[in-house]
Amino acid sequence: MKNTNQLPTEVSPLQRFLKRWGWTLAMVLGVIGITIWQYQLNAQATEAVVASTIRQSTPLVLGALCGLLGERSAVINIGIEGQMLLGAFVGFLVNVWTGNLFLAVLAAVLTGAVMGLLLAYMSVTLKMDQIIGGTVINILALGLTGYFYQVGMVTQGKLQPIPLGPLANIPIIGPAIFNNPPITYATFVLVIVVHYVLFYTKWGLRTRAVGEHPRAADTLGVDVFKIRYVNVIMGGAIAGLAGAFLTLEAVGSFERAMTNGRGFVALAVMIFGKFTPLGAWGAALLFGFANAIQTQLQFADIQIPHQFIGMLPYLLTIIVLSGFVGRTRVPAADGVPYEKE
Amino acid sequence: MAENLALEIRNVTKRFPGVIANDNVSFNLRKGEIHALLGENGAGKSTLMNVVYGLYAPDEGEFLVNGKKVEINGPHDAINYGIGMVHQHFMLVPVFSVTENMILGSEVTKGTSLDLKRARKEILEISEAYGLEVDPDAIVEDIPVGVQQRVEILKALYRKANILVLDEPTAVLTPQEAEDLFRVMRHLTEKGVSIIFITHKLKEILNVADRVTVMRRGKVVGHTTPAETDQQGLATMMVGRDVLLEVEKAPAQPKDVVLSVENLTIKDERNVSVVKDISFDVRAGEILGIAGVQGNGQTELAEAITGLRGIDAGEITLSGERIPFEKPRWLVEHGMGHVPEDRHKHGLVLPYDLADNMVLCTYYQKPFAGAFMVRNRDAIQKNADGLMERFDVRAPSTAVAASTLSGGNQQKVIVGREFSRPLKVLVANQPTRGLDVGSIEYIHKEIVKMRDEGVGVIVVSAELDEILSLADRIAVMFRGKIVTVIDAKDATREKLGLWMAGSNPDEE
Repeated sequence: MKNTNQLPTEVSPLQRFLKRWGWTLAMVLGVIGITIWQYQLNAQATEAVVASTIRQSTPLVLGALCGLLGERSAVINIGIEGQMLLGAFVGFLVNVWTGNLFLAVLAAVLTGAVMGLLLAYMSVTLKMDQIIGGTVINILALGLTGYFYQVGMVTQGKLQPIPLGPLANIPIIGPAIFNNPPITYATFVLVIVVHYVLFYTKWGLRTRAVGEHPRAADTLGVDVFKIRYVNVIMGGAIAGLAGAFLTLEAVGSFERAMTNGRGFVALAVMIFGKFTPLGAWGAALLFGFANAIQTQLQFADIQIPHQFIGMLPYLLTIIVLSGFVGRTRVPAADGVPYEKE
Repeated sequence: MAENLALEIRNVTKRFPGVIANDNVSFNLRKGEIHALLGENGAGKSTLMNVVYGLYAPDEGEFLVNGKKVEINGPHDAINYGIGMVHQHFMLVPVFSVTENMILGSEVTKGTSLDLKRARKEILEISEAYGLEVDPDAIVEDIPVGVQQRVEILKALYRKANILVLDEPTAVLTPQEAEDLFRVMRHLTEKGVSIIFITHKLKEILNVADRVTVMRRGKVVGHTTPAETDQQGLATMMVGRDVLLEVEKAPAQPKDVVLSVENLTIKDERNVSVVKDISFDVRAGEILGIAGVQGNGQTELAEAITGLRGIDAGEITLSGERIPFEKPRWLVEHGMGHVPEDRHKHGLVLPYDLADNMVLCTYYQKPFAGAFMVRNRDAIQKNADGLMERFDVRAPSTAVAASTLSGGNQQKVIVGREFSRPLKVLVANQPTRGLDVGSIEYIHKEIVKMRDEGVGVIVVSAELDEILSLADRIAVMFRGKIVTVIDAKDATREKLGLWMAGSNPDEE
């Protein structure tokens, strides 16, 4: 009989690192390589693609941050789409009325937070089915914005890029990363902050405990309801910011249902990023890149029907989700309302 | 006299809808003692301790810690008064490290960040001071149950607990791990910790407790000490009537072979052989006990025989027919009964009511299903009422979810369902784990009755006493092999213990 009880062979730290991050590293290096190569061929188009990648990814990563704050504390939020849309609309309205962009962004964020509060109330206090709670928010947002929006409202400008000195002149990445409007910068910061909070602070430890084993947290004196409320409300605020990005930074005006499924793609981004902010960022950039390249290819003179090119982002999603991500571990208590005895 | 009491509970009453879980209960704990709280499942022991720990708000009653009256409005208060609790189902986050679990709720921080380095050092210090060895960096889901329990105890000590409540701590432990725990408990009392030890295992009480308080149906029914009583006395106090601790049975009358296992090999998920080339027969009308330290292949063997797990080599035949693994229902229809090891996972559908749980194997047959597979509610109800009566299941009605029952009553639901079918072979895996003596007595009696009706029975158990009292023949498993099959008449605890440890007592 074969000896199957062999000890695992020794692995060096480098091998372990490569095993864990190898694919990610390969993809990142590949993307950088192709980008530089493309830049040699067509500088303008390449810069456009890189900048567009960042632009497209911003609302996705914000939406994913919203989703993962909720799910890490075990509240499933499929109402991101609605929170974003309502945030976008209220931000737009305040901009129309006051012309103060700062107030407009604040209003969008507050709107998102209120919608977060509504979701938390439904799923934590009323212990409603969280999928239904999220759907309520989506339908509510679609209905409210559709009803109150009047064609012909004119905005008073949008957020402008702020170049960060000489950094903005670096080829390729300069214009894309260091010459952005404020919400995009805020997104970069938020990803890092949420990552830090979730994995290095007391609040984060409690949040993750509540998402995995709420009773354990409860028996140690952690207030499960408070943790869930605060996380879902903060998530809502971030979704509101994503809405503000759409109306106040990217487009500058409002259209009906303008979120166009971004809230749901954000959920995919969150799962793809394994419920971590940095992972979600990487995932959002990939989605953004697929979208950007698709737009460029449609301009290019290629003999492929444009519908096929339009499929690219979705195709990429399927390949990546099925092939490279591996197992995602969902927080154990995700979606289960906590019953205090 | 009051100053040597660590904790005093006065006249606590706790009502749940429809039941009084604690009825005017008083209890006290002296400093540095191990005070056992004994009672059947559902007697109100855990409820009382959850009240003390602040998880339930009592309807009446008061608490004194070190002679001072205190208000406990939540676990946070209890922790502040030095009360720590190790719950029956561990309160550990499986994906967290030992350190993260320890500090949760009482985190040490440096600036805004968690100070895991300092926490780790503190944990090592405490672990050394109390002689409880743990690896602070291990992930909880990777460590054995006994060590997880150590983490739970350390968690309480880390919060400076000097009153420790252990809620049925041995229910999940192997006998060896339980011995370790008792050593730790004695060591802790030497260091000034007072321990409340909830259990329904009589032997353990005689082994470690200084005093015993017995509860029955929500009330304190008596106090005693191990010196004044014995197992029989404790059992009578707990159940309220005389209990048979030994199983009464006539000699077996084995008939034809009903189940035959030949050269069976099973590999686990990691492709390691956990059952290696095993062969044995079971005859109608006998009980074959399978003894062994947990994790020597018994679980996999039982799962394979009952169709829950595929096999890698060999053959299992039931009444001469090879078991077709692709057809689970074949086993049900050919008289295989199974009392599974994990009653929550494999025994019951917890959210279903009792009536539905009692027809899980037969719901599609007459009389439970009529034309077009429409369920016959009356027949299902009648079946449930009959089984509740016959198997003494204590529940408010047959319409409550199985999850609301105590362990003993859940087990009786399973036993009722399986034993009421026409059986040829019965596999009972740890049939009385976590049950109180009253239920154990009952289930043992039923198993013997099945044998006498001509069923071939396999009992898998980690409790040597259970094997010795039930089995007619005993097979001992060690590292996936059956190392011996002996007649129960010739077996002793010592002999079995040696076989289980992998040595041969007959070769000196």
